[in-house]
Amino acid sequence: MSTSFAAAIRDGLATALSVDDSVICFGLGTDDPKGVFGTTLDLHKEFGPDRVFDMPTSEAAMTGIAIGAALNGLRPVMTHQRLDFALLSLDQLVNNAAKWRFMFGGARGVPITIRMIIGRGWGQGPTHSQSLQAWFAHIPGLKVVMPTTAEDAKGLLLASIFDDDPVIFLEHRWLHNMKGEVPAGDVRTPLGKARVVRSGDAVTIVAMSYMTVEALHAVDHLASQGISCDLIDLRTIRPLDWPAIVSSVQKTGRLLALDSGHLTGGVAGEIVARIATDHFASLKSAPQRLAAPDVPEATTPALTKNYHVRAEHIVEAVGRMLGREVETASLVTKRQFPHDVPGDWFSGPF
Amino acid sequence: MTELSHRLLFDMMRIRAVEETIAKRYGEQKMRCPTHLSVGQEAVAAAAGAVLEPTDLAVSGHRAHAHYLAKGGSLQAMIAEIYGRVTGCSRGKGGSMHLIDESVGFMGSTAIVGGTVPVGVGLAYPMKLKQTGQISCVFLGDAVPETGVFFESVNFAVVKKLPVLFLCENNGYSVYSPLGVRQPPGRKLYELVAGFGLKTFHGDGNDARAVHAALREGVDAIRAGEGPRFYEFETYRWREHCGPMYDNDIGYRSLAEYEAWKLRDPVLALQRTLIGEGALSEGEIAQMQARIDSEIDEAFAYAEASPFPDATDAFTDVYAGPA
Ligand SMILES: Cc1ncc(C[n+]2csc(CCOP(=O)(O)OP(=O)(O)O)c2C)c(N)n1
Repeated sequence: MSTSFAAAIRDGLATALSVDDSVICFGLGTDDPKGVFGTTLDLHKEFGPDRVFDMPTSEAAMTGIAIGAALNGLRPVMTHQRLDFALLSLDQLVNNAAKWRFMFGGARGVPITIRMIIGRGWGQGPTHSQSLQAWFAHIPGLKVVMPTTAEDAKGLLLASIFDDDPVIFLEHRWLHNMKGEVPAGDVRTPLGKARVVRSGDAVTIVAMSYMTVEALHAVDHLASQGISCDLIDLRTIRPLDWPAIVSSVQKTGRLLALDSGHLTGGVAGEIVARIATDHFASLKSAPQRLAAPDVPEATTPALTKNYHVRAEHIVEAVGRMLGREVETASLVTKRQFPHDVPGDWFSGPF
Repeated sequence: MTELSHRLLFDMMRIRAVEETIAKRYGEQKMRCPTHLSVGQEAVAAAAGAVLEPTDLAVSGHRAHAHYLAKGGSLQAMIAEIYGRVTGCSRGKGGSMHLIDESVGFMGSTAIVGGTVPVGVGLAYPMKLKQTGQISCVFLGDAVPETGVFFESVNFAVVKKLPVLFLCENNGYSVYSPLGVRQPPGRKLYELVAGFGLKTFHGDGNDARAVHAALREGVDAIRAGEGPRFYEFETYRWREHCGPMYDNDIGYRSLAEYEAWKLRDPVLALQRTLIGEGALSEGEIAQMQARIDSEIDEAFAYAEASPFPDATDAFTDVYAGPA
């Protein structure tokens, strides 16, 4: 049976709550009638208001409270409807959650999972759309997970919840309605293992989260023009599956790293740097990256048309790397709805 | 008094009609940004607008249309902003949740709950230093006193005796979360805040004249150097938290509660009172409405006729000069 990404998250939460009494789940709107885009819908009815609950608009305190509860035996899952709201809690995440195990000589760790939803499109604007995985991945002690498929959403969420370290779990809003097969039960997808989505020998394309969807369109379009690419979906940003990238680059000799975050200081930059410094001999051409520009995202749709990396940009980049003409017009004309919505089902406001 | 009442009514009717027009036209898919309407909550904004001087400064949050208009912001620039046009008050870059008009002291509204509270306190610091006689008004919702930054900011404002008016519209909900899951039973926000050592007040947020009278006294005291004050007014949002629809069907609040508040419509209430006092006729109200409607028509036409920003604008305004 085909399940949406959002339903898969809910399934993962329900599974975690039922297999382990120490799991609790909270965040603004967790038990409201919308249930965080359906990802927590009615869980409080199933597991009770002590384990699934709403909270005050107190992101910093509630993050510290999750940390304390985790130090005392619980496995809290906290949810932010937008990543941007979690920024209030950076001190707790960076100075407490990420450091606890280290600064107390391993006495205890902090098994929390913080879900953050990345917004985009339909005027989400500069403070509701930020893709800041690089920030979190920069902090030793935090793990950073970015699922793409519904199956991975559930599997990686379960692995995150039962991981003994703090995990930042980033969901892209544009994935919530994508469907896929999701296995039943307590299925855990190991953190730190990338997924090879397509196999080819021309270029290695590394993607994460919603970027993987655009990359998939690009790779299939390229295949129709006789160019076959490796497409790697990172799944976790930290730990990052370097062996998967290295072995692919050793095969293709070319690297295109994609990033849903800004270019400067981004994850794509890290991947390019590591491959260029440690595996230079494997490269036939300069590694490339595509990311969001180094400017905030505007609210008006007039300024977001080319803000996000799309399939055609990926196709063009691959063409440049291979020094050959590639056609993109047919790819662009296939898109049926405006650039600022995830699908024709979406008409705002969130 | 009559003049003031007329102004309050006019401003409330104008805010109401603007918000209802946005709601009516939102489905056309041309206003492509999240939009938080304040239908039902017009009284506090209108009263604040009448009390504050153009030279006073104000900041607000995600539900700021009414505050912006009441402070004197341009309707055309606001509608154009919601339409994402370059003629918008933030040149289309901000949308509904990021309104600004410095020419009338509206210094900006932002979308992160509590985000502008310290900014509003900061605006007041130079006012104190330079004894300008201005005050800084911080518009906030009932979710804001759950944030740490609110109390940290109030504390500093009290320590430094800054001329800040903290103006809280308590509509009972934060998105779909009632106050009951966010504050313990029986707690009054204005009592809680009073613990920081400033005068706090509480009142009916649907009675524009009463709100005005309370604020008049408070703003004068703040201006006279008393230090900050906190006002909490109870009111109610009729439409959904975000977007143009009604959402009483989804079950987070009861229809009875909504109906009861609707009977206390702040706009109709003032209309009735003024008619009862003989201060206004039905005909005059109709004339006001006609003036408002034509202004709104013009503003929407202006927005729709305005150009979108040029593609190169995506890269401007990040730094003061070339980075
Ligand atoms: C820090 C932060 N957390 C969560 C949100 C999501 N959010 C947007 S509006 C809102 C409700 C705020 O309620 P209130 O202050 O009472 O204002 P109202 O919407 O009722 O006018 C919330 C929680 C946010 N914008 N910022």
